[in-house]
Amino acid sequence: MKSYLQLIYNGVIKENPALILMLGMCPTLAVTTSATNGFGMGVSTMAVLVFSNLLISLLRKIIPDAVRLPAFIVVVASLVTIVEMITQAYMPALYESLGLYIPLIVVNCIILGRAEAFASKNGPVASIFDGIGMGLGFTIALVIIGFLREFIGSGAAFGIQILPESYPGIGIFTNAPGAFMVMAFVVAVMNKLNIKTRANEVVEDCDGCCAHCHKCPSKEKEV
Amino acid sequence: MTNLILIIVTTALVNNVVLSQFLGICSFLGVSKQIKTSASLGAAVTFVIGIASAVAYLLYNFVLVPFDLTYLQTIVFILVIAALVQLVEMFLKKTSPALYQALGIFLPLITTNCAVLGVALTNVQNQYSFIESVISGVGTGLGYTLSIVLLASIRTRIDESTIPVPFRGMPIVLLSAALMAIAFMGFSGLAI
Repeated sequence: MKSYLQLIYNGVIKENPALILMLGMCPTLAVTTSATNGFGMGVSTMAVLVFSNLLISLLRKIIPDAVRLPAFIVVVASLVTIVEMITQAYMPALYESLGLYIPLIVVNCIILGRAEAFASKNGPVASIFDGIGMGLGFTIALVIIGFLREFIGSGAAFGIQILPESYPGIGIFTNAPGAFMVMAFVVAVMNKLNIKTRANEVVEDCDGCCAHCHKCPSKEKEV
Repeated sequence: MTNLILIIVTTALVNNVVLSQFLGICSFLGVSKQIKTSASLGAAVTFVIGIASAVAYLLYNFVLVPFDLTYLQTIVFILVIAALVQLVEMFLKKTSPALYQALGIFLPLITTNCAVLGVALTNVQNQYSFIESVISGVGTGLGYTLSIVLLASIRTRIDESTIPVPFRGMPIVLLSAALMAIAFMGFSGLAI
């Protein structure tokens, strides 16, 4: 049991996918216009991640090594389609605001990265916990960034007005530039606090996406 | 004709793929250290997005729609893009070694570049015709090239200046991107 808690701690704090490993930057920046959107995206990604880890772990002895990446992609894409249909049917408002970024969960490097680095080498239960940990870590990161942008941009949090109405709101933070700006300051604060991020290492000659990259962090570690 | 020009302006400037849609951020931040490499990556991305838009259009309208399988679009598109990139790579290797030298190393990276899948999905959403799809793909690629080359030029300048310690590395790059995004917001005045 302890090792499962370890996996969750690992995903949330030690190797937080968005803040420490700098993976999945597209959704991290794109859908965090509000804390609620960040939460919705985080949970959708977590759902895909948990089930893709489970399925890939169960199939890991059946999938031939040479075609493992296309096989992983098919598994992930099917799960994303299911999540897309469920959000469209039961959470139309969320579906509307996340839009294109739901199908784009397919190319989120976190999911393929975990499939390759963890699920294809570990048993199903451990893989589920790894998915929960990484998914939670991603959700928390998105909520933090979404909260900062929403709070500075309009003085609200989760859609509830916190600052007095007289606060004019700095609109640019809910627009595209605000995403880059908030992320820049979050990484700068982490640098200042000496929290080691991969921000300065991951990127050389690497798309940030672990499927094709040999230098990427998730390739190095096997739990 | 005006329609096509409008699509190019919209996809390249107004809805710039990186700075307002946040697609392809990984390579935008990762491979923008040198102007020359950035330009080659931009060319490769433009090339692949152009071809992928065409193939995605044909598949969607002549296979998925007639068989009422449009809900499979995500799976089909991602597989087609992955296969296509492999094909383009093999084709270039055989026919044009010079071009392969220039673009080759970037091609495998492009499979996971969300811009490619993003454009294919947007084209379907906007119900573009064949020509419009290809033009919008190429426009997106041009917008990507423009912003990554600009960022690379800014970064070569940054390398020569003194930056507060916590901001060294990724934060200053993100801040530059933020300022570029503010500039690109100005283009929204062009939207019709």
